[in-house]
Parts: sequence; structure tokens; C-alpha cells
Amino acid sequence: MIQLQDVSKWYGDFQVLDTCSTAVSKGEVVVVCGPSGSGKSTLIKCVNGLEPFQKGDITVDDVSVGDKATDLPKLRSRIGMVFQNFELFPHITVAENIKLAQLKVLNRNEAEAGQKAMQLLERVELADQADKFPAQLSGGQQQRVAIARALAMDPIAMLFDEPTSALDPEMINEVLDVMVELASDGMTMMVVTHEMGFARRVANRVIFMDEGRIEEDCSKDEFFDSQRGDRAQTFLSKILHH
Amino acid sequence: MNYNWDWGVLVREPYLEWLTSGFTWTIVVSLTAWVLAFSLGSVIGIMRTTNSNLLRRIATCYVELFRNIPLLVQMFLWYFVFPELLPQDAGMWVKRGMPMPEFTTAAICLGLYTASRVAEQVRAGINSIGQGQRNAGLAMGLTPAQVYRYVLLPVAYRIIVPPLTSEFLTIFKNSSVALTIGVLETTAQARQIEEYTFQGFEAFTAATVLYIIVTSIVMLLMRFVEGRVSIPGMISLGAK
Repeated sequence: MIQLQDVSKWYGDFQVLDTCSTAVSKGEVVVVCGPSGSGKSTLIKCVNGLEPFQKGDITVDDVSVGDKATDLPKLRSRIGMVFQNFELFPHITVAENIKLAQLKVLNRNEAEAGQKAMQLLERVELADQADKFPAQLSGGQQQRVAIARALAMDPIAMLFDEPTSALDPEMINEVLDVMVELASDGMTMMVVTHEMGFARRVANRVIFMDEGRIEEDCSKDEFFDSQRGDRAQTFLSKILHH
Repeated sequence: MNYNWDWGVLVREPYLEWLTSGFTWTIVVSLTAWVLAFSLGSVIGIMRTTNSNLLRRIATCYVELFRNIPLLVQMFLWYFVFPELLPQDAGMWVKRGMPMPEFTTAAICLGLYTASRVAEQVRAGINSIGQGQRNAGLAMGLTPAQVYRYVLLPVAYRIIVPPLTSEFLTIFKNSSVALTIGVLETTAQARQIEEYTFQGFEAFTAATVLYIIVTSIVMLLMRFVEGRVSIPGMISLGAK
């Protein structure tokens, strides 16, 4: 489904991604972790072309992201993305947030989009908040709306960029629960997160990144059980025993 | 001080008519200029936030050119110098042929000048929103133009209501500069009344009151607008 082939990226002279290659197949959940500044967020933003890259190629459903001729808006509309800071649009209601791209990108009609919005809000247990504005919701609720907003486009894959990092601890689980459910429904997911509990529960594979390189790319069991490289070991011990 | 107060001069003809006509010109010049300033300023401001180097550069040049030349000098440049730079026929048309040359020149000049200031505010409004919102819009498949239309601008304009109010007020006050190229607006008429009747205090008091009335109306209007567009649950958009 998602293929990364020797992706490299520079900010000026500084190399943020160094020949990263991996693949996410259909229905697979891949967790990307690593210390801050390791390039994991940049990597996931390259997948839907929010960040340009200079070398290598990424294909999603056999469409090349780096190719200038690719219709990026169209490709992006098929890949859902959830951000660290939710990024709901503050000036429109929760329901309108979920309808916006359905109406403007997929050209669904108002009734269809509204129905889809309500259906998804029920799924994330926020149907009663449909007419509120984002700022009137808690962080956890906002992130669940953001997930519903991404799902409204019927994506073939979902990207999560540290979806729980900006949340208060008591709200993390309500968001993770939605993601776990999504994974068990067979959604293809690429998740940048430090939530190792989540990785243990639902990940098929774990990618560990450091200094722009993919240092480890192995199955969940291998990652948590077997001998790893020093860096990954140090990183894991830091985040598991804080 | 030996001064013969005569407030009655303000309601005697032709002076009352002069004031009324002057006030009307102030409003007409200012509103025309504002329409130009707001639309052009928005375009220039948006251009300064795009990814295109060329668009950004053009917009930056515009802003730096128009905001760094004194308004009075711009008024003279447009009225006296610009027609001479044109081919003879076109220059002649600008000076004599086009309808109401003084008014047109003043409104365009004031509009272009104020556009540079509106542009900076629009740019600041958009830039205060941050890359995250832009990314969220793009990630769901909106085109860059749609991201501006549905995501960035609705929030940016809300953020800049207060500075835009100042700009809107300033345009009424700056319209008095138009008297230097012969537009008989409020200040020009007040001066004329002073010259005819020597009742300068009364004439300029009347002008002052007229400016205060119009700016008060603008302030009330903008406060109403600000209330109407405020977003429930948000205290300060700019702080996000």
C-alpha cells in the first residue's frame, strides 16, 4: 500500500532523512518511534507530500508522491491524517469540520455529507457535540473529531503524527481506544507515537528512527523481545521507565 | 482675544451647503478608496504568504513602494507627474478627459496607499495561523486555493478586525489630503468658509465634529462586525 524507497531529505545542508526505505502493506499497523528530532514526523509528512523530499520515491497505492505530474490533492484525499495539535478548523462547528472536505473535495451533497458526519461522530461517541465549536471541546474530544474528520473521506490508509502527545494523560486513552478499534477494523495505519502500550496491543511492525535513519524495522515481537541496537535500547528504557 | 463668535454661519447658505457637499465628498472618496484598498490589499497580502517566490517578491515590492512614500507626495505624483509619463493623448485624458479627474485620482491614490497597509495586516493574520492548519487542509485533499478560501482567510480576517478598524478610520482622516489636488471635501470646505467669513473656529469645529461622527459610526459598525464573527469558546484567536 505505502512504499518508501531510499527517501532522503535536506533542510539546506542539514540532512533530516537519510535513505529511508520501508513498506506498509494493506491492513498493517506500523508504529514509528524514536527520539525527538529523529525525523519520524518529517517521514510521515513525506508520505502524503506535505513535506517535499529530494531523493528516492514514495508510492501510495502505486501512485508516486514525488512525481510532479501526480495530482497531490486527489492522492491526499485518499489518505487520512491526524495531527499532534488536532488542527480542527476553529471557525466552523464540529459537524462542519467533518463535512468540509466531503463537500469541497469529494463533491458529496449536503445530506450525504451530514449523514456521514453524524455516523462517524456516533462512532467516536461525540454525536451530542456536533454543533459545538472546536474550542468548546476538550483535547481528547477534539482529537476524536479529527479522526472522524479524516475517516469521513473513506481513506485507504491513515497517518497519525503523534496523536496523543498534546493531550492531558487522562484523555490519552479515549483517543487510543478509537485508534485500536480502527486497527481491528483492518485500517492500514502508520502511527508516529511514543505510546508503547498501543504499539504492543495493535502494531504489526515497529520502526525505530534515529538521526534521520531507520535503525530498526521489525515485527512487534522482535522489537520488544529480542536484542536491539544500543540506541533503540536506550530510547526504550527511557520512555518505558519515566 | 477679540473674536466675534457666530455659530450661525454654519447653518447659513451657501456655507451649510458647502459643508454638506464637503462631507459627502469625504465619504465618497473614503469609501471608494476603501473598496480598492481592501480588495487589492487582500490580494497583495495573500500573495506575500504563498509558496511562489515570484508572487511574494511582487507583493513585497508593492508594499515597500507604497507604504514608504508619504501620502501627500503620492497624491502629487499621481496628479501632476503620472499624466506626463503617459503618451500625450492618454495623459491628456487623465488630466481632463476622464470623469471627475481630481476625485478619481484622489480615490485611487488613497486606495493604493492604504492597500499596502491592509496587505501587511492580511499577511500578519494569515501567518499567525500557523502551518498546522494549512497542512490539515491540504492533507484532506483541498487545493491550496481552497485552503485559503475555507481555512485560512475566514480565521485571518477575524483576527485582524481590530487593526483593520484602525485602517478604516485612518482612510477617512487621510482623505483630507485630497484637498491638495482640488477635491473639495470637508477640510477644504471648512478652509473655504474660513476664507470667506473669517469664522475659522466655527468652520473647523464643524469639520472636527463631522469627522468624529463618521469615525464613531465606523467604530460602532466594526464592533458589531467583531461581535458577529466571534467564535464561540475562543477568547483570542491570535494567541493560538
